[in-house]
Amino acid sequence: MNSISTDICIIGAGPVGLFAVFEAGLLKLRCHVVDALPQVGGQLSEIYPKKPIYDIPGFPEVLAGDLVSNLMRQIEPFHPTFTLGERVERFAKLEDGSFQLFTTDGTEILCKAIAIAGGLGSFEPRKPAIENLENYESGKGVYYMVRDPETFRDKRLVIAGGGDSALDWTIFLADVAKEVTLVHRGTTFRGAADSAEKVKNLHDAGKVRLVLSSNVTHVHGPEQLEAVTITPNSGEPETLHVDSFIPLFGLTPKLGPIGEWGLELEDDAVKVNTVDYSTSEPGIYAIGDINTYPGKLKLILCGFHEAALMCQGAFKYINPDKKYVLKYTTVNGVPTL
Amino acid sequence: MTDEVRVYVEEAPGHRREVIAPTDMGLSLMEVLKASGYDIQATCGGMALCGTCHIEVLAGPALDEPSDEELYMLESLPVMSQGSRLSCQVRVTSRLDGLVLRLMPQQA
Repeated sequence: MNSISTDICIIGAGPVGLFAVFEAGLLKLRCHVVDALPQVGGQLSEIYPKKPIYDIPGFPEVLAGDLVSNLMRQIEPFHPTFTLGERVERFAKLEDGSFQLFTTDGTEILCKAIAIAGGLGSFEPRKPAIENLENYESGKGVYYMVRDPETFRDKRLVIAGGGDSALDWTIFLADVAKEVTLVHRGTTFRGAADSAEKVKNLHDAGKVRLVLSSNVTHVHGPEQLEAVTITPNSGEPETLHVDSFIPLFGLTPKLGPIGEWGLELEDDAVKVNTVDYSTSEPGIYAIGDINTYPGKLKLILCGFHEAALMCQGAFKYINPDKKYVLKYTTVNGVPTL
Repeated sequence: MTDEVRVYVEEAPGHRREVIAPTDMGLSLMEVLKASGYDIQATCGGMALCGTCHIEVLAGPALDEPSDEELYMLESLPVMSQGSRLSCQVRVTSRLDGLVLRLMPQQA
């Protein structure tokens, strides 16, 4: 098992998480940064690297991607370490007040304080509003993503959705499953034109069944999923015996596993005390878009401020007996660790 | 000459609430609805990424055509209708006056 030891573990490598490395470095605290995405920068790199940002103090205009590169340069003297492409799943608090974190891929991080800088959270599958759907999750027949196509070998499937992933998996699973029915609310597909064409051809060849202008409205089965009801926009509903139902309606940002950590939440955000951006769990802090407090503004510049104050709090948490003295970078020169 | 428009939110069938929105602040309809107390998450902050500000236009003036980005997101949602829009992509301008809309139910 990969094990890392640090002072502050920062969850989220967006601009606020990265700047927290700088503020922590000024206080001689080392940081390890974890992000579910394969690269640093969070939304700025993933979603809008080429968009200009106009409200970063001192930068009349800066491209999101450039801001991330500059932040990386700024924190370089503090030698932060990174675990990218892994999501932090759970934490344990040890007797001495330090923490143990575990990622999806089994990396263990030992740290003295945790700073959650998770931004929008992690992107999770969107679930349709169908009664009792959740009863068939975790292996009982409802899947929101295809992890291993072999799960569906020789099974009878209903896939719902009209986007690229619904089309692509319909095509792929047509050769794996016993029966594939694709249910789409509309009559046209916005996904890649050739994928839509392929699905129509498979339908004409009798390899998949395409049900348009319809929705899956009910799921049935005492324990395991046994059938779904497909209701057309006009006409009689039909109940179809199936082994699996795969709704593919894209991804939406969710708080993710952090939502289950027992921290006090409000509107899907982590409640913090603005003195030091501490959460309801001593030693765990939350900064940037993921937190909430009276007057919260979801701005990068506010996240930078939160990072600075958070590090003060974390310093006191880690060193209860040391006295902290504010130092100016103009006085002390290029900071290092 | 006035710098505001009136839009109407159908909170229940036959029950419409008037919302007055300024046109001189470059706001999106999502921002106005949120500020008027409607429970819209708008997780992504207005980038047509999360689909949580989904509304249905019921009546009123014609709006600008949605962008490809917006249509793509709408198309991927479990529920969509003829009048579906992402309110974060609708600018509040004088042309919006008299718009009637309802919030679309949120999926988990």
